Amino acid sequence: MIPEIGHFALIMALMLSVAQSVLPLWGAHRGDARLMATASPLAFAGLVAVGVGFGALVWSFVVNDTTVMNVVQNSHSAKPLIYKITGTWGNHEGSMVLWVLTLSICAAAVAGFGRDLPSGLKSRVLAVMGMISLGFLAFTLFTSNPFDRVWPPPPDGQGLNPLLQDIGLAIHPPLLYVGYVGYAVTFAFAVAALIEGRVDAAWGRWVRPWSLAAWAFLTMGIAIGSWWAYYELGWGGFWFWDPVENASLLPWLVGAALLHSAIVVEKREALKVWTVLLALLAFALSLLGTFLVRSGVLNSVHSFASDPARGVFILGLLAVYVAGAFALFAWRAPAMAPQGVFAPISREGGIVLNNLLLCSITAVVFVGTLYPLFLDLLTGQMISVGPPFYNMATAPLAFPLVVAMAMGPLMAWKRAAFWPVLQRLWWAACIALLAFILALVLGGWNALPALGFACGFWLLAGAVVDIGDRAGLGRTKLASVFNRARHLPRAAWGAAIAHAGMGVTILGISGMGLATERLIALPAGGTTQFAGYEWRLDGVRDFQGPNWTARKASITVLRDGQVQFVMEPSRRFFPVGRMTTTEAAIRTNLARDLYAVLGEERDGPTGQREAVLRLHHKPLAPWIWIGAGIMALGAGLSLSDRRVRIAAPNRRRREAEEAARAGATA
Amino acid sequence: MTRKRRRLYILMLCAIGLGSATALTLTAFQDNLVFFRSPSDIMAETPPQGRAFRLGGLVEAGSVVRDATYDGRPAITFRVTDGAHAIPVVFNGVLPDLFREGQGVVTQGVLGTDGTFRAREVLARHDETYMPPEVADALKRAGHWQPEAGAPPPPNQWNTLRGNQPAAPTPARTGS
Repeated sequence: MIPEIGHFALIMALMLSVAQSVLPLWGAHRGDARLMATASPLAFAGLVAVGVGFGALVWSFVVNDTTVMNVVQNSHSAKPLIYKITGTWGNHEGSMVLWVLTLSICAAAVAGFGRDLPSGLKSRVLAVMGMISLGFLAFTLFTSNPFDRVWPPPPDGQGLNPLLQDIGLAIHPPLLYVGYVGYAVTFAFAVAALIEGRVDAAWGRWVRPWSLAAWAFLTMGIAIGSWWAYYELGWGGFWFWDPVENASLLPWLVGAALLHSAIVVEKREALKVWTVLLALLAFALSLLGTFLVRSGVLNSVHSFASDPARGVFILGLLAVYVAGAFALFAWRAPAMAPQGVFAPISREGGIVLNNLLLCSITAVVFVGTLYPLFLDLLTGQMISVGPPFYNMATAPLAFPLVVAMAMGPLMAWKRAAFWPVLQRLWWAACIALLAFILALVLGGWNALPALGFACGFWLLAGAVVDIGDRAGLGRTKLASVFNRARHLPRAAWGAAIAHAGMGVTILGISGMGLATERLIALPAGGTTQFAGYEWRLDGVRDFQGPNWTARKASITVLRDGQVQFVMEPSRRFFPVGRMTTTEAAIRTNLARDLYAVLGEERDGPTGQREAVLRLHHKPLAPWIWIGAGIMALGAGLSLSDRRVRIAAPNRRRREAEEAARAGATA
Repeated sequence: MTRKRRRLYILMLCAIGLGSATALTLTAFQDNLVFFRSPSDIMAETPPQGRAFRLGGLVEAGSVVRDATYDGRPAITFRVTDGAHAIPVVFNGVLPDLFREGQGVVTQGVLGTDGTFRAREVLARHDETYMPPEVADALKRAGHWQPEAGAPPPPNQWNTLRGNQPAAPTPARTGS
């Protein structure tokens, strides 16, 4: 019964989204206030309907209702409760329902918080969101219905893929989806603006918080995905340049560009057409990512099962939304006359450079990701593009981006000069140079990681200079500097913190560049020297978990004969899925990670039983994800800025604007 | 600055950005495109020495030796087959969790002068029933699978097939 209610609720949501995509749009076109007023109630009703559907699906998983196909394929009664719940979106069908739910929440948020939006813009935005919702609900119901029944019901389910039974992968998809869906909101704002033929500072003020929020969630989502790959896949890396990873990186890069250009729209009313284009692109790339992951056209370590019917459907959606939006763009963009002339050497000039470099990196990653697919389609030749390609092609673009990143915030709007900015940054440059030389000497003359360290310190010092400069450091008394720093706008702190976070991440990545590993087979009691420690394998024993059994190694790590700690890497065997997973043992002290993986067990040359161990020493590894967290924190702080939060013209001004607009159209 | 000059300036910047992105992509492509080859491809035409490529197929049943040594380090050797030919592979490393005899595998590395493939990476899949597209393609080309005839037989049978015989009925799968 519950699954039927859920199915019915999703069908209701589909009907509501049809109404939401038509009525407000028509109302806005005709200037009919009553039709426009339907937008918000329809968005709330849609949220309720999708919420009921999602709740019913979670319920089916929790009670392990094996008459539902999706539960049979992805759950098992022996699974811990938390993974029964997170298993709801650990599969294709459920994750689509979560996608639609996130979109409905965003639409309701626009409806709820958007009271100060001009009613025409608001109804158009909600109508476009209704269209997106319509497409995805249709996709869910017609190609991947999560409530399909199975008869007779099997006694139990087939279990969730053990790799997904992990807290990292339980929270990774929701974060990523909030990011993707956040770009659906900026997309809706861009399309609404194109329909209206008008982009102004108020529009920029509305788009900015959404692009900030989307970017912050996407940053967290990508970071947690990467962290999961690091500790759960047991290969010791954090980024594979895998097509599925790239699929989330592409909207992140364009989203970062959008985030900055929206500021220019808000402050200077310039770069309007470009910002609209970026908003369209960010969502187009989110959709493309969904298509790449769901259709299985790309060969990936993360691919879900391939299903051509689904791929074709998403490709259709992609074509309708993206082609439609770009056609609208081509038709309407010329109507949006640019204002706010600016000089190349200025804050906005810096943001143009930032956008240009971010988009170039996006283009490189895009080509690397899709080229094998096109080559296969055109010539049937199978190739893959590996990490060396991306490292080689993106590093030369990322380097000037990072150099400019520390300088941009110090530039004044409209007109700035290079010299004063460079003068304020001279000690940051000294620190970067020092870091470069130190890293070269200590890191065995590896130029690329050393350059990375220089970049990381450059950004950190640049952020300090930025805040110090705004607070008047060196110009006034220290006490008043602190006072002024405390009262700086949160957006300024947010920007400095996010830039510093990028620096921290770069430090982590550079540290990874100096990582070392050792592969060794040890008998019980055997020892090896590695990374300044003595590693002793005490033995390998069986271990029983809730729904798995494991072989667990016990490794004592000693330094100068003193026991430091014991590491216990294991290999888990899940009888339900007949699958094995690697559980790496990781010890961190924030300056480095020690990472141990248990491999095969075998009979050694002397006839003794040996275990193959892979040991890694990874300097600064945790900083990669800590830096991402700091970046998201910076974005969040910026989002909490009063000026961003009250993200629309006040009521009186809005009424004046409405009146002016009515006068213009009359 | 006039609007015209600003536009020219932005256009120039864009041209430089796009140009450098294109140049970087092309140069990086030159050395870093990794081609996929099946065992039959290697038999038909020896790939250039020292150039990394991907070898894909199925892990031949009974071919996995877990206690080999290679370059003085613990190694694993196995054979990758597409039903027509098989290539010996040596790998110094910890195998991914989904590595199993009779199942699809993609390895990346270089072919040694002795005809042994030195794998630097053995790629894992999240899903045990998933067949990498390259492997499916290699099997099709080796004449073991006509997609029109339906789904491929379970991978644990591929290495026992020879020639173009139709697949035998699927026996019930037992735990591995």
